[in-house]
Amino acid sequence: MLFNLQIKRYGDYGDREVPGGEMPGQTNNKSEWPLWEVFIRSKQGLDHKHAGSLHAADAEMAIENARDVYTRRMEGVSIWVVESKYIHASNPDEAESLFDPANDKVYRHPTFYDLPDAVKYM
Amino acid sequence: MAVVNLEERFQEKIDAEVKIEPKDWMPDAYRKTLIRQISQHAHSEIVGMLPEGNWITRAPSLKRKAILMAKVQDEAGHGLYLYSAAETLGISRDEMYDQLHTGKAKYSSIFNYPTLTWADMGAIGWLVDGAAIMNQVPLCRTSYGPYARAMVRICKEESFHQRQGFETLLVLSRGSAEQKAMCQDAINRWWWPSLMMFGPPDAESPNTIQSMKWKIKRLSNDELRQKFIDMCAEQVKVLGMTLPDPDLKWNEERQHYDFGPINWNEFYEVLKGNGPCNKQRLDARRKAWDEGKWVRDAAEAFAQKREAVRKVA
Repeated sequence: MLFNLQIKRYGDYGDREVPGGEMPGQTNNKSEWPLWEVFIRSKQGLDHKHAGSLHAADAEMAIENARDVYTRRMEGVSIWVVESKYIHASNPDEAESLFDPANDKVYRHPTFYDLPDAVKYM
Repeated sequence: MAVVNLEERFQEKIDAEVKIEPKDWMPDAYRKTLIRQISQHAHSEIVGMLPEGNWITRAPSLKRKAILMAKVQDEAGHGLYLYSAAETLGISRDEMYDQLHTGKAKYSSIFNYPTLTWADMGAIGWLVDGAAIMNQVPLCRTSYGPYARAMVRICKEESFHQRQGFETLLVLSRGSAEQKAMCQDAINRWWWPSLMMFGPPDAESPNTIQSMKWKIKRLSNDELRQKFIDMCAEQVKVLGMTLPDPDLKWNEERQHYDFGPINWNEFYEVLKGNGPCNKQRLDARRKAWDEGKWVRDAAEAFAQKREAVRKVA
């Protein structure tokens, strides 16, 4: 199936990705520190999960600020930060066509298969 | 697609309890309402640090000082969660700061009252944070995803604020005659302004209907206020103190407490800028912002310098 998928949006910020990695709306605020997305691993064995965002001048400051803003109560053992402008996101307007291929494949789920009760441990 | 269809689909999502996320289509008025509400909420957290910051250096013990510092730091964090949530709607952080510093944006009127004694730290925790929690718990289910997520985080932390406030008052209520009087005095001064925190009565709150239709708001001002009064009327008994309302009385029929008239003139005066501390609070904010400029600039310059060195290497 053909569809015109345009991956042209940042995560939750800015309208459209523009060449040069600049964020529209941010360009007028030269004095503003860039925005960072914060991901936190709450304990060993778990994935880093998006916690929120913050402004910081550089990555080191972003990590230190993330510690103060998002882990004041031992919520994390590890922090990732990435500048928001480097997050590429799918377009929610195109979600239907993007996720359509999985829509009609119920046979990918174990419950699709009807087995006799006699079969144990499966 | 026609705008009408988009609006209909948007409302269908809201009705079906599907959260709205930043890149989803939303009516302009929904976006504007949220920007106003979330940024005002953020400003309130930030300005809310000031009345309490007043007592950090004068807390009666090291324990109380540490607690107060943790609480004030939480308020800063809450402001930051909310500013980020507002930014997802397309307003920049600097724009919001500018609106606060120029007086264009409002913040909760409660923070324009002074903190005269140590007991005020207790009364703020119990009543002001208590009222805030009452407002905020339903906001955890608000229709805009980033706002709801910020509120979940905030509510988890806010409970400590209220409990430490009540405990502060509890200690005073079991103390000397002077401490008891101080406790009662703080309750007397903070009670009515706390009730005003829920906003004007429903009949005079024109935005409520639309906000409830969009599920930004889940309960009306009057509903929340009544719940808060019912709760406090019982809790104050544990303190052995009273609430400064001669009309406060249990109504068996309504299954709620009746209460006396609220002085809405005072509310509107404080809102207009004529409260006891409006000027002081905004001056403190502006001073902090202006005097912090060199720090922001230096950090920026340092980051650029390091980036340049990294590129060369």
